[in-house]
Amino acid sequence: MSDTTRQRDISSGAPAGGRAQASASLSPVAFGLRLLNFGPLLILALLVVVFSVLTPNFLKPGNLSNILAQTAVIAIVAMGQQLVILTRGIDLSVGANLALATVVGGLVFRATDGSGFVVITAMLLAGTAVGLVNGLVFVFGRLPHPFIMTLATLSICRGLALQFSINNTTMRGMPDAVLFLGETSALGVPNSFYVVLGMALIVLVMTKSMVWGRWTYAVGGNPKAAVEMGISVKWVLVSTYAFAGLCAGIGAVVLSGRTGAGSPLYGTLLELDTIAAVIIGGASFLGGRGHIGHALIGALMIGVIRNALNLLNVGVFYQMIAIGVIIVVAVEADVMRSYLEGRARNQAARAQ
Amino acid sequence: MNAAAVPALSVRDAHKRFGAVHALKGVSLDAYRGQVLALLGDNGAGKSTLVRCISGVHALDEGEILLDGEAVALSTPAQARRAGIETVYQDLALFDNLTPAQNFYCGREISFPRWLPRPLRFLNARAMDQEAASVIDRLKVKLPKFDAPVALMSGGQRQAIAVARATVFARNVVILDEPTAALGLRESRKVLDLVHQLRDEGNAVILITHNMEHVIELADRAVVLRQGHKVGELKPERANQHELVSLIVGAEA
Repeated sequence: MSDTTRQRDISSGAPAGGRAQASASLSPVAFGLRLLNFGPLLILALLVVVFSVLTPNFLKPGNLSNILAQTAVIAIVAMGQQLVILTRGIDLSVGANLALATVVGGLVFRATDGSGFVVITAMLLAGTAVGLVNGLVFVFGRLPHPFIMTLATLSICRGLALQFSINNTTMRGMPDAVLFLGETSALGVPNSFYVVLGMALIVLVMTKSMVWGRWTYAVGGNPKAAVEMGISVKWVLVSTYAFAGLCAGIGAVVLSGRTGAGSPLYGTLLELDTIAAVIIGGASFLGGRGHIGHALIGALMIGVIRNALNLLNVGVFYQMIAIGVIIVVAVEADVMRSYLEGRARNQAARAQ
Repeated sequence: MNAAAVPALSVRDAHKRFGAVHALKGVSLDAYRGQVLALLGDNGAGKSTLVRCISGVHALDEGEILLDGEAVALSTPAQARRAGIETVYQDLALFDNLTPAQNFYCGREISFPRWLPRPLRFLNARAMDQEAASVIDRLKVKLPKFDAPVALMSGGQRQAIAVARATVFARNVVILDEPTAALGLRESRKVLDLVHQLRDEGNAVILITHNMEHVIELADRAVVLRQGHKVGELKPERANQHELVSLIVGAEA
């Protein structure tokens, strides 16, 4: 983001300085890398332009507000997913975790008859607890890959949610505080959008200015070196999965606010949407690279595509195809980035 | 230099077994401040095992390690680093996605406020950038860009960053495990210059390498290991290069 403004040339000697300048402004490799960094944002802008030409309804305030509301849940949960992917992991359980949290919220609402604070706390705790179990069993059970652990909790959470929800289906009724967060708008913008904004700020501070965030990047960049440098890699991983669970819990609050219900059927395939959002947004699936902006841009891109194709009366199956194609393009861009970085490395070696 | 002083690092009668394999059979060595000690031996001679014991990755089965004459326990890498022992691993242990300054301080970030548990503290990025920049300046390492991730840098630059990181925290001993193995001629030269500087700044430097030219040029003394034994210790010179090689491979001189 502000990286380019902080550039500092510490090399002594004019030739090196001149070269640094040349590679920053001229080299096609450096240009390509920069283009890839901004690619997802450019594609999002392009989509918005194309859709607003194709369908006049797209840019109406009501529709934009609609997109934000529809995107909020994916965006919130994708922020947790992004951190997990950053550490070379994956969390398949977020969708089922979210469903379980809404069911817990619905049951607590009925049992206690009411306080928004208690219901929200219950949903957040439920989500965090599942994430904590993911992290603890994956790390201390020495499972080969988080794919397996979170696949297991996906099944377990969906089963628990179905089993314990009343009549094994959607339960109407949520406290006013929850409805306020999910349903109401302020200044023409849905409140859920402010939840996304607030979370994004917190995550930004956590990842960019706190030691914990630096450690998640270190673990994602080189887990072996992180151990050698004295970072407690195990606890970094546990906390990351717990945070992804918390994000699912927050997503549960927003979703049950929007629908006024808790349901074991919520969040189906949300894990794939969030993974897609993170990858489309431009984070590396191999870990170590990506930031909160990637998750948000990716989530927005998915929201925009779905919304616009709906307005254009394009069938839901085509939407799935479109998103699939974009995933391939995004991953190909990541491959391209690694290739260009290799080229940049060779250039640096030759320049010496 | 003051070779008569107490050695910065002493290993006394070190034994290490891995199951049936007796990797170190009573090895002793001394490393002095302001000197380069070459640790030589063929593959499997026990060099890396010895280094891992000094840098806290493995614990010795018998024997002891003394820093400035006092016995210390080095059972984790963190303990060894707190004692002022820095290791430049053969694979460099760099984080490709972080900048040089972030690499320098990874795991030991300058952060505040102190009363919070470390992961919850806030990074003092400015202090770390300035410190790292001054170290890189002092070591005369040339980097094209100071705020680019190290993934974009050449093998020599990466090697230089790994060595420079060791110098930020080294107060006693710096161990370099084959620092020039993957480098071209010119890049090797730069790393060797860094080894010179580390020595001149008063560190005890332990250098593992297979390159006899480098040993003769840099090392004040050489310790040769073979099959877990120390088989010789001498001052490497062009005149005894042949003897040195014979010690390493085990042939009669």
